[in-house]
Parts: sequence; structure tokens; C-alpha cells
Amino acid sequence: MKTLMTTPVLQRSRRGLSGALMVAGLALASLGALMSSPLASAEEQAAAWPEDKPIVVGSKADREGHLLGEIFAQVLEDVGFTVERRLGLGQTIITYQGLAEGELDVYPEYTGTLAHAILKLDDVPPLKTLDELSREQGLRVLEPLGFNNTYAVSMRRDQAESLGISTIGDMADHPDLSVAMSHEFIKRPDGWPGLAAEYGLSQVPRGIEHGIAYQALRESKIDATDAYSTEGDIKRFDFVLLDDDKGYFPEYLAVPFVNAALPEDAVAALNQLAGSLDEDSMQALNARVSTDEQSFAQVASRFIQEQGITTEQREVSGAKWDKLGTNLIEHLQLTLSALLLACLVGLPLSLLVYRNPKVSRVVLYVTGLLQTIPSIALLALMIPLFGIGVVPAVIALFVYSLLPIIRAAITALLTVDPLLVKVARGMGLTRREQLRHVILPLATPNLLTGIKTAAIINIGTATLAAFIGAGGLGEPIVTGLSLNDYDLVLYGAIPAALLAICAELLFELFERLVIPAHMRGLKSR
Amino acid sequence: MSDDTAPAVRFSGLHKGFAGQRLFEGIDLELPRDRITALVGASGCGKSTLLQLINGLIRPDEGEVKVFGSAIDYANLPAMRRRIGYAVQQIGLFPHLSVRDNVAILADREGWSAERVKARIARLFQMMDLDMALLTRYPHEISGGQAQRVGLCRAMMLEPPLLLLDEAFSAVDPITRIEVHAQFQRMQQEEPRSVVMVTHDMNEALSLSDHMVVMAPGVVLQAASPDTITTAPADERVARLLEARA
Repeated sequence: MKTLMTTPVLQRSRRGLSGALMVAGLALASLGALMSSPLASAEEQAAAWPEDKPIVVGSKADREGHLLGEIFAQVLEDVGFTVERRLGLGQTIITYQGLAEGELDVYPEYTGTLAHAILKLDDVPPLKTLDELSREQGLRVLEPLGFNNTYAVSMRRDQAESLGISTIGDMADHPDLSVAMSHEFIKRPDGWPGLAAEYGLSQVPRGIEHGIAYQALRESKIDATDAYSTEGDIKRFDFVLLDDDKGYFPEYLAVPFVNAALPEDAVAALNQLAGSLDEDSMQALNARVSTDEQSFAQVASRFIQEQGITTEQREVSGAKWDKLGTNLIEHLQLTLSALLLACLVGLPLSLLVYRNPKVSRVVLYVTGLLQTIPSIALLALMIPLFGIGVVPAVIALFVYSLLPIIRAAITALLTVDPLLVKVARGMGLTRREQLRHVILPLATPNLLTGIKTAAIINIGTATLAAFIGAGGLGEPIVTGLSLNDYDLVLYGAIPAALLAICAELLFELFERLVIPAHMRGLKSR
Repeated sequence: MSDDTAPAVRFSGLHKGFAGQRLFEGIDLELPRDRITALVGASGCGKSTLLQLINGLIRPDEGEVKVFGSAIDYANLPAMRRRIGYAVQQIGLFPHLSVRDNVAILADREGWSAERVKARIARLFQMMDLDMALLTRYPHEISGGQAQRVGLCRAMMLEPPLLLLDEAFSAVDPITRIEVHAQFQRMQQEEPRSVVMVTHDMNEALSLSDHMVVMAPGVVLQAASPDTITTAPADERVARLLEARA
């Protein structure tokens, strides 16, 4: 049996993380595999699906994934399953790990990504082979939805026409074109390097985040960027896709990627979608979300009715975002539990080490090192160890809170006037009494500053928790980014900013309550 | 601290050095009980070190320190220190605590009742001419002279049989210092106890103490009553210290 460990995972993800992170992810993924028990065979699992267990539907953060995930969810609900939605999860590494670890039961994936990034194959084998290889990991590949969402190169229609560019090869005649590609596309050998070699392209692409590339293209800041062939924005912004006349890009057929234990009724329901969407209709659905400003649920529900999969009229909310209250509460829960945890660990640790400069330095060095891990990377690294959802998000935020808290605490404790400590000792206070009645009260102003810093960093970083399905205000932000919908981004960003300001004010209020006025300047006599 | 006749402090065979520099090499010294002993000498002679050897803030490299006949138990310093009052030049009132909480910090830890604390503070404040209205103030809200006396009250709160004063009168102007001296002497009359004070001020030592230990770096030049020291200085160096006072 091929295990997760021997299958190098996610070397190249479709919409993914950079190479270095991948390597780190790989290492931890292996660790995760070591820790988890061997997977049961698909048959054993199929028999074991409890009747009332909800089916967890996931998706990546891009619009198409989000929409397909919603369609999957509604189709499953229509045949009577309880569905839990975990839509808009970061990237392949997160959804795949989620599926492999049993945190997700189904999410939309692409055959090209499956072959290259997940199974680490050199080319895309027939679907049957993909399914067989997936079954070895307790997973299944269901029938393709129909369309091929492959990589493409996209330009403004007017410029492409005036320059006479219709194929990727035509770009070779215009070396001055300003080309910007997503970071991952530039790096992967089957991305830009291969493409440029195949078509003899001499442009040197700049790296750009895919979420803002279309905006840049539209405003003529750049002339060409990588695209996915079914993106609704191509229609919306009147871009053209250049012909891949040499057939360089592999097939990226959309498929439901599922837990092999999924009950057959659920598999049958999902297979109703087989062949239901070609490139044009997928582009049109994507555009409905972006141009017509309909909610994912509305577009999905209408599509399912049009397909005749259900005749039932579904009550769906057309509101752009109706979960802000929930998101706010989730955000507070994430931030507060991480902060509490960091205080519970950081403060005693600081008390333990502050009198020993060597140990203090080691502790600060390690927490400082943790702080330098990019947040999205840290979140991804948490998955093999803690799965997806709230737990890994809280742990990641906890890790980020440690440095400001410990640094402030050690500094605060060390800068307490040594004369006062000497007097406290000399008069006969025990070590505990010195801490409780002299050292800690004197260190409190600086301690609070550290906790405040951690809280505010946390409120900001917690918006990234949406990438691993922990909810919070990052949800509208992530969705908004995938939709190029800046209103939606602001739905999350403004409350997060307000929350940070509130935290600042609350801490100030708290300081006023617990620290006598003259102590805020920290003088001693 | 059971021996009723033992000296307040006894150093025997005391060795102490700092950072490779030897300071004391075999000091033997007794400080009498129920008297005010002044340790005098130029700065760097080790008088403050000697004082801190008494309450265990500094530990000897070799030799023994006995307080009221008992060797210091370094594993159980807080209990011993609560029977030894300690006041320093910079006072070290805790800025986050009111005057009342500063003075009563040990009594509160000892579980004294509020009435007992109040009665003790009232008596100390009366002896030191302090106004009870100061109790609710914070250290930064009182004058330097008041702070110095509050520091002394704090050191004497638990009625310790031994009081250590490390330049405890020197942070105030000369006029206030005379007042504090008078209050201190009144206190000593009403509540006699063994006192060891470190001072660089020969006049202060001569006027307040019953017994003097004159030191040069690492050595004791003379240990005697102020009278003996002024009339019969043991050697040149003691005589020079006496001359320098005017």
C-alpha cells in the first residue's frame, strides 16, 4: 500500500504556496502521516458511515471552487444528507490534507492538480488511474463535471487585437509586453519556464498575486497574466484567452474528490453532476457570481434546478454576506483563546527564566524564530499536526502571541528597580511574596503593553485563519479576494480594524483601572 | 535567637571577596546587644558589606555569622529577616503601594489584624512625628524627610529586636537630619533594641552610637565606645578619620 509518507505530497499545487513552504509542508505532512494510524480500506470505511454523520464539504478559496463546493453541498442536501460547509479554505495543501485526515469528505479538485501536486506524477494519466491511486489513500475521484479549467494566458481584448496576438506563440513577436504571472506559475517547471521554452518567449515575468492580477491587467498596468480558462472575470472584463495551439497545458478537469468512505447515495448524488458543465457554462456561472452579484447559494440553487437535479424551490439568502455576526464572534473566540493560552504559557515561562540571562536569550530566540514563519505558512504547517479548523488556527495564533508577551514580560521583570527588589528581600518577603506584592505590580504596565501588542497582532493575523476553515472575519476577506469583490473584503477588514481599535481602547481602560496614575510613568522612590 | 546573653551579632573567621578581590580575610568581631553600634570608615572599607552579611543579603565565603547566638540559616532567610529591621539610604518605598501598605507590608503578610496594624502604626508615627493623614498617600506624594521616617517605621513595624540602618539618615538635608536623629533617639528610648548603623558621617556616629567600629578596607581598626575612640584613637588612621569630620 502506498502511504502518504512515500507519496511526496504537494510538490506543486495548482493555486499554491511557494516552493520553500512546500518543502516544509512536506516534512510536516510526513510527520503527520507517521503519527496517524494506517488508513482502513475503502470497503471497511464505507460500511462504517454513521447515519447521522454530516458530510463535510470543502473548497479552496477561489470563486469556482467556492461555487462548486456550494453546488456539491446543495446536491447532497437535496438527497437528505446533513451537510457541513467548510468553503473557502486556503489552498491545495489545506484541502488535500483536510480530506486525507478525514476533516473533509468532499471538495472540488482538478485532475491536473491531482496528478502533479497530489500524486506527484509527471503527466496526467486517465481518470481511472487517478481514481485507483487515490483509493490507495482511502480517497476517490468521481466523474468529471465536464469542463477543463486549465491554465491559460490572458490579455485585454483591444490590445491583443491591435497587436494581432491570438495564440501564446504570437507573444514571441512582442518581447516588450509587460507580463506578470502568479508567483507559483513562475516557479513551477510546468508553468512559465516550460511555456517560455515551448513557445520561445523572451519576456521576463514579474510575480503578482492572482487576486489582483486582473485589476492590474484591466488598468493596463500589465499586458498579460496567467489565467484559468473558466474564470468569469475573463468575460466580465472583456479579456481574451490566447490559444495554447501546441497543447502545452495539461488537462484540468474538475472532479469531486471524495473520502472513499462516503456512502453510495452521496456518491450517486454527486455523480448526477457528471458532464453537466462545459467551459462556457462554467464561465457563465462564475460570471453570475461576479457580475450579477448573486450569492454562491443563489447561483448554485438556480443551476441545480436548471439541470433538473431537483425541482424543489430552495430558500437561499441573496444577501452578499449574512454571517458577519457569526464571523465576529468566531474572530473574538480565536483571538481571545489564543491570547489566553499565550498568557498562560508565556507569563509563567518568563517568570521562570528571566533571572537567567542565558536561558532568557534562548527562549526569546526560539519565540522570535517562530514569529518569522510567514503566517500562511504557519497555518499550513499546523494541518498535518492538528487538522483544519479552530484548533490549528488557535495554536498558530498562540505561537505568534508568545514573542510579544514573553519579550515584554522578561523586559518588564528585568527592569524593575533592583533597589526595590533588594529592599523586599532584605525585609524578609519570601520569593513568592516579592513577586506577588512587589515585582509583578511594578512590571504590570510593561506586561500589559506586551499583551496588548499580542492581542492586536492576533486580531490582524486571525483573518488568515479562514484559510484553514476556522472562520472569523477572514471569511468575507478570503471570499472577497477570490471574487475580486472589494466590498466583501471590506466587510471583513473594517470590523477587524475596528476590533483592533477597540482592543487598544479596552486595554487603555484596563490600565487606568489597575495601575495607579503615577505608576503609568514608572517612577520609584 | 534564644541566647539572652549572646552579642547581637558575632562574626568569626569571616572571609569575603568580590570578583576575585579579597575584602575580608578572617574578621572576628562582636557587636553588643541593646546598643547602637556604628560602622564607620571611608567608602570601600566594607562597612555596608558587613551590614548585609548580617541579614544574609551577602553570604560569607568562609566563617560564620551569628545573630543573637544563632548561626544564620541560609535556607530560611525570610523568617530570620523579619526579626531584623532594614532601612537604606535610598529608602526604597514601593511606589505602587500607599504609605500605609508600605509600612504594613510585613504585618499584612504575618496576618496581623487591621486594629493591631493601626495601633502599631499610630505608635510609630507618634514617635517619628508623622501625621496619620499621610497613610493614604503614595510615596511620590510625601516629602523626602517624611519618606525617610516612613522607611524607618516600615523597618520597625514588627518590633524587630535588631535594626540595620545603611546610611538611613543621609538622604535628607542637614536640618531635617537633625530632626530625624532626635526622633530616632526618642524611639530608641521608648523601644530599646540592638541597632547596627553604617554611616560615613563621623559626627553622626559619635552623636548617635554607644559603640563604634572604625574600619579601613578589609580590616577593623578599632572597636570601642565613642569616648574611647575620640580620646584614645588606636592608630594614625583612626585619628585621621576623626580630624576629617569637621
